[in-house]
Amino acid sequence: MLGLGKRLLPHPALSLLLAVVWCLLTNSLTVGTLVMAVILGLVVPALTAPYWPHRPSTPKLFRLTSYIILVIWDIVVANARVAFIVLFRSNASMRSEWLVIPLELKTPEAITILAGTITLTPGTVSADLADDGRCLLVHALDSADPAADVRDIKERYERRLKEIFE
Amino acid sequence: MIWDVLMTIALVLGAIFALVGAIGLVKLDTPMKRLHAPTKASTMGVGSLLLASIIQAFALGDGSLREVLIMAFLFVTAPISAHLISKVNMHRENTREAPPPPPGSGTWAVYDTNEADVGDPGQHG
Repeated sequence: MLGLGKRLLPHPALSLLLAVVWCLLTNSLTVGTLVMAVILGLVVPALTAPYWPHRPSTPKLFRLTSYIILVIWDIVVANARVAFIVLFRSNASMRSEWLVIPLELKTPEAITILAGTITLTPGTVSADLADDGRCLLVHALDSADPAADVRDIKERYERRLKEIFE
Repeated sequence: MIWDVLMTIALVLGAIFALVGAIGLVKLDTPMKRLHAPTKASTMGVGSLLLASIIQAFALGDGSLREVLIMAFLFVTAPISAHLISKVNMHRENTREAPPPPPGSGTWAVYDTNEADVGDPGQHG
């Protein structure tokens, strides 16, 4: 039974995502749309399963949703802060710094989301990954205390992503 | 009426953040600092404009959530271009200060090049 379920739904999260994206694309919620969404959610993951030999573990959806809300809130707050810095501070007084963030995350999906989160929150851009994948290089526009900012990113985002993906 | 007000606020907010992003591009002085400016325009700027679009669609009675999809695609793709631009900056040593090496024996992925690939690409035409 478990084997059949795995063959029908090799990537449950991907199936759900495809169905939701289809409903949003057609911009309607009728029976026809839903049927098509379910068909897409079943067929596409099954057809592409050979290209995904390593089955990524399904993220915990509730935690992922609360993480997305947290990130959106942080984006709004950081936007206001960086807009203030850009408009009212001189270039010389900005303490732009490189931050090196040692990673505890191991899965590529989680590291990708962490790097994306860091770039989307204004004021920090993730620049590069160490060749062994254990560190992330981040450029900060204005950082008074680089060590505190590294701790903040680890505490706020990495810890949550570790709970979601690992 | 209340919808019009909300929509106007969202529109003006989006325009302001897009403007601040553009000002940042002009004002900031190093390539790495300049990278920070467009993240504002692409998150809050476009986000507010899309929010205005959603509000307007619901106010007119034909609800539309397609804008959420635009936002999602933007959020997925924007970091990738920023990441590539900063990699190019590091590769061309176009940064004011060289980034500190990672702890341990490794190096950053940009500098992890094969011996055979090092050299002046211009010489090969």
